[in-house]
Amino acid sequence: MTATMAYATAGIGLFVLGLYALSAYTHLLRKVIALNIMASGIFLVFGAIAHRAPGQGADPVPHALVITGVVVAVSATALALALMLRIQAETGQPRLPDETSD
Amino acid sequence: METIASGQPWIIWAVFSPLVGAIFAFLLPRHASLVGCLAALATSGAILGLVRQVVEFGPQRYLLGGWGAPLGVDLQADGLSVVMLLTAGVVGAGVTVYATGYFQRSSQAARAFWPLWLWLWTAMNALFLSADIFNLYVTLELLSLSAVALVAVSGNADALTGAMRYLLVSLLGSLSYLFGVVLFYGAHGTLDIALLGDLTGPSPADWVATGLMITGLAIKSALFPLHFWLPPAHAAAPAPVSALLSALVVKASFYLLLRLWLDVFPVSTPVAGQLLGVLGAAAIVWGSLKALRQKRLKLLVAYSTVAQLGYLFLAFPLASTLAAATAWSGSVMFIVSHALAKTAMFLAAGNILRSVGHDRIAELGGAQRSATLSWIAFAIAGISIMGLPPSGGFTAKWVMLQAAFASGQWWWSMPIIGGGLLAAAYVFRIVALAFAPIGAPGTSKSVPKRMELAALGFAVAAVMAGFATLQILSLLDSGAPFGQIGAEAVL
Repeated sequence: MTATMAYATAGIGLFVLGLYALSAYTHLLRKVIALNIMASGIFLVFGAIAHRAPGQGADPVPHALVITGVVVAVSATALALALMLRIQAETGQPRLPDETSD
Repeated sequence: METIASGQPWIIWAVFSPLVGAIFAFLLPRHASLVGCLAALATSGAILGLVRQVVEFGPQRYLLGGWGAPLGVDLQADGLSVVMLLTAGVVGAGVTVYATGYFQRSSQAARAFWPLWLWLWTAMNALFLSADIFNLYVTLELLSLSAVALVAVSGNADALTGAMRYLLVSLLGSLSYLFGVVLFYGAHGTLDIALLGDLTGPSPADWVATGLMITGLAIKSALFPLHFWLPPAHAAAPAPVSALLSALVVKASFYLLLRLWLDVFPVSTPVAGQLLGVLGAAAIVWGSLKALRQKRLKLLVAYSTVAQLGYLFLAFPLASTLAAATAWSGSVMFIVSHALAKTAMFLAAGNILRSVGHDRIAELGGAQRSATLSWIAFAIAGISIMGLPPSGGFTAKWVMLQAAFASGQWWWSMPIIGGGLLAAAYVFRIVALAFAPIGAPGTSKSVPKRMELAALGFAVAAVMAGFATLQILSLLDSGAPFGQIGAEAVL
């Protein structure tokens, strides 16, 4: 049970860390990596949850879902990176312009 | 909800028709618009077939691969799903017609638009029909990814940065939602909405999961103050895409929030409901004020979307009392009428932009000679946005006002009425331009007739939706998604 808790806590830690990085950094690559770290945190919690009752094997459903989640995360990352490259080509910098009103 | 789909599995075709279309539009880029039209036809047919089934036999549930919950993934269609599906179908079919005129044949933009749009439609229909919270996560992500790619279709710097901001915020929302899914599964061992609904209760894990899901979906529905990503993305997209995003995509995440609120979240969450209501009211005021100050037509329409989305969230505080069914019905009526009116506005704005060459409001006065029908369409759609009778916007607000008074919370009527006045101010700001003296005869391009007629058609439909209120509400009542109180109780 302690191992499960350790994984779950680490997962939550990764999620929070990613959330911090997402808001703190302006470089788009860092933001994309931050989102990936957040996703990894969630997957880790999901993996920990698969360990339901001691003595029994792992619940296979979370594993199937994590694999699906990884596929979704890969697609999203690919799109984000493609967009980032286009933004760099168009505007010359891998950052979003400052939030200007109007 | 025990009914297994009888006869044709229209529920499957509603998801597969646009999916097959998307694949073929990608493989045959030179015939993409033809494929798009055929797919739109097939999808509309499937949606109508499903609507008929639901009207005749009640809610439908389909076990994919015959597995069934809790292990399998089920599709289900009740009144709420079907009304959303129908709204998406009407807007989708109309925008398809518009897009055949908007995009030049086999241009770079057209090649990107058609597969992505059909993909978006697939994701949306699957979202409205899924009965499994993880499957809903996948559809939500598919929806966002195709929406983001659609924003970037035009390829200029504004569109790219708008799309990127949209993507980052949207992924944040999805991850927050996904975390909620994980916690619900950890606590209850199932992902099926109906099964979860019986198991959730006021435990810490359920509250955290509920909070994460509400936050994630509120971000994706652009609820104030998490709306900042919406105006640049919606305004920078090509006109048909702006219409689809404002009319449908933000409503899809709201639908999901509503569905979970009704079926999954622990009962009686009045504090969260009041908070969502306050944010909704703030959205109405802030979005309208920002719309009043915009210098560009498409940004004005986009901020109007921020304001109008606020109305949807007013249903949450109103529904915590006896008037629940009335409040939810008003909210769904609002989704339908706003979808029609906002599609009309964005299509009309796209026509004006094309005919004049820009959408700077200060220079639009006297430019109305070129796309007259589009200016008329904008004004007619404005009737529904302002909420004047007999439009759909009016009946939706009327039903919400009834819920406000019936639940003894008269103060919620203030944002409902005040928002209408503010909307009148920003709509007239544009309509007044049409009466300005004809300016210098600048170079104005002609707009294909079908693009103007599409905008006008949606505007008229938004006004006429008021007359179809009873039909919409009785369809909505199928399977009693809001509890036992029927449509008769509303009017």
